[in-house]
Formats: sequence, structure tokens, C-alpha cells
Amino acid sequence: MKFPILAAIAPGLAIAPGLALALATAIPAPAIAQDFQVGKLSIQQPWARQTAVGQANGGAFMKIANSGKTADRLLSATSPVAGVVEVHTMSMEGGVMRMRAVPEGLPVPAGGTLELKPGGYHIMLIGLKSQLKPGDKVPLTLKFEKAGTVAVQVKIQPVSHGTGNSHAGS
Amino acid sequence: MPEADPGKRPPLLSRWGPVLLLLAMGLLVVALGVGVVRQFSGGPTSGYSSAIGGPFTMTDQNGRTVTDESLKGRPYAIFFGFTRCPDVCPTTLSHMAAWRKQLGRDGDKFDVVFVSVDPEHDSQQGLASYLTLFDTPVTGLRGTPEQLAGIVKAYKVFYAKVPQAGGDYTIDHTASIYLMDSKGRFIGTIAYGEDQRTAVEKLQRLASS
Repeated sequence: MKFPILAAIAPGLAIAPGLALALATAIPAPAIAQDFQVGKLSIQQPWARQTAVGQANGGAFMKIANSGKTADRLLSATSPVAGVVEVHTMSMEGGVMRMRAVPEGLPVPAGGTLELKPGGYHIMLIGLKSQLKPGDKVPLTLKFEKAGTVAVQVKIQPVSHGTGNSHAGS
Repeated sequence: MPEADPGKRPPLLSRWGPVLLLLAMGLLVVALGVGVVRQFSGGPTSGYSSAIGGPFTMTDQNGRTVTDESLKGRPYAIFFGFTRCPDVCPTTLSHMAAWRKQLGRDGDKFDVVFVSVDPEHDSQQGLASYLTLFDTPVTGLRGTPEQLAGIVKAYKVFYAKVPQAGGDYTIDHTASIYLMDSKGRFIGTIAYGEDQRTAVEKLQRLASS
């Protein structure tokens, strides 16, 4: 093995995503900080809604574009800012909002895009350890069935972001 | 939504279906018309016991008691949710803030009331903190399980705790906004995801109701 140190670190990284996140946060984000790449997947403009002091949960949203020829699947996510992170779907039936975890994950079609947005799919940050403040960024690690894991930085946006209120500013 | 295969529709229904539909729509229009006339003529309202709204007693985020009676005098838009709700509730509250701004002065002519269906988690302080996120004044209501049951019954909303893995729970709940005039009478709803312009028009009417 030419790089024994790397070889020793690599399994550690795979086992402890927290360590990977710590490294990812320590390295300054590139100029185009909004998009992240893993394999043929591009994770575009991940963001989460600001929360109030003491608010337990938050929601994160993003677009995941797949330029590859095989479908992939967003399986799960983790973040040091939340106790539990789940992939959720939301539906409206007869005026009733129903939110459910999707343990089987969400499909990212070949050559297509999976969009997580208000009113649809989201990544739920459960048991937030601190308030999410606009302008901040929090680390999130996404796990895909084929592309593997990728650490992204999620930008915290004002509460009105993504709700289609042109008057609310962006 | 998958559409029914027209080829498999029973011939009788396919012939009379549209007629029946028109008839039903006609009846609905007549019924609504009668309702509106009765509402605006100040006629007997006892016949509306099955309508949305009614007596309740709750506590707001500042610890004050709020009842259906105390809200009277100003129109209000009331809806249900919980602070741990990651999507629908903040979206609705953000919309409300934006719509009110669009309405200018009329936006101040009605109250916005948010009722927590999760008193177990939503403390008075937690509710107060949550509502500061939104750029508009909102009356946040919480109550004992009995008080919550009372207001839920009055507004005929649905909510149900749904257990999650790990012992936690989420809450399915009605996401519509109920519009109540200054006398506490139900005048309409704004559905979740409703066209924004329509929503603003409805709130405009609410402001002068």
C-alpha cells in the first residue's frame, strides 16, 4: 500500500460520518457552495428553514439531479445538528396534511431530478440541538443507494423562503 | 390521479352522469344561495349549529384566555397545526404574513389565529417563540386536552397523532384556513396550496366581513 495513512483513515471515514462532517466543515466551502457532486448526482442548493428558539424540528429541501443512465435512490441522511434525520413525504388528502417517513427512500430517476420542496418531499431534522439561523450553514450527509454518501452544506433560509411569496423576498 | 376508463363506465351512468352532476351542482348553488341570504339577512342562526365554529376556551401565547366570544368584533382566519410541523405550518404562516402585507391596511382588519394540536409539546413559551418567526402578529392558542377537543369539535377539524419510529410522533391535521366574520360566523376556507391571488381576494372579503 503506497499510502498507509490514507488507508488507515479511509475505513474510519466510512464508519464515522461525523468525522467526515467535521472535516468537511473545517475546509472552507468552494466559491459555488450551493451545489455538491457525488458520482452522477448533483445536489443543488440544499436549504433548510430557519427555526425559532427551542423549536424541535426543521425541514431541509434541495434538488438532486441525476445525469447518469441508472436510477439511484436517496436512502437516508444524518446531521450533527439533529438527533434524528428522516426522509419524509407529505400528502394532502381531503384537506388533511399527512406526513410520513419513507424508510425505503426516494427515487432519483436516471437522467431526471428528485426535488425536495415545501409541500412535497423533505428531509426532516428531528431533535434540533440548536436554532437554525438565516445565513448559517449546517452539515448534512446524504446516503444514496448507488452513489454512496456525500456531505453537503445546507444553507439556512428565512421562514418564507420557497413558499412562492414573491413579496416576501428571497 | 388515474382517470376511470370511460369504456368501462356503465352506459346508464355515462348517459345520465353529466345530467345528474349538473342537477347536483344546481342544488348546491341553490343551497349556498339560501345560506348566504340567511346569513346576510341576519335571520335565525340557530339552524347553523352544524356549521363550522362554536364555543371554545383556550389560552394564548401570552397566557391570556381567548374564547369564541372574545374573538368576536373582528373577523379572523383560524387554522390548526403544531410547532414541530416542518413544512405545512410554517408555509401557511409565511403565506399569511405575505398576504396580509399585500392587503395593506385591510391586512390589519382581521386577526390570524393558530391553534396548536400538540399541547403536549407546544408550551406557552414554545408557541410564543415559534410565532415570532413570522412577520405578522399571530394569536397562538393552546389548551388542555379537553379544551383542545372542544375547539377541534367546534371547527370540525381532523387531527391524529401518528407514532414514529423511536417513540416519537407526528400529527396529521386539517391544513385548511377557516375564515370567520366579525360575528364569529364561518364564511369560507382557504385550502392549503390554494391559488395565492384567490387567497388574497378571500382575505380581502374577510377584512370587511
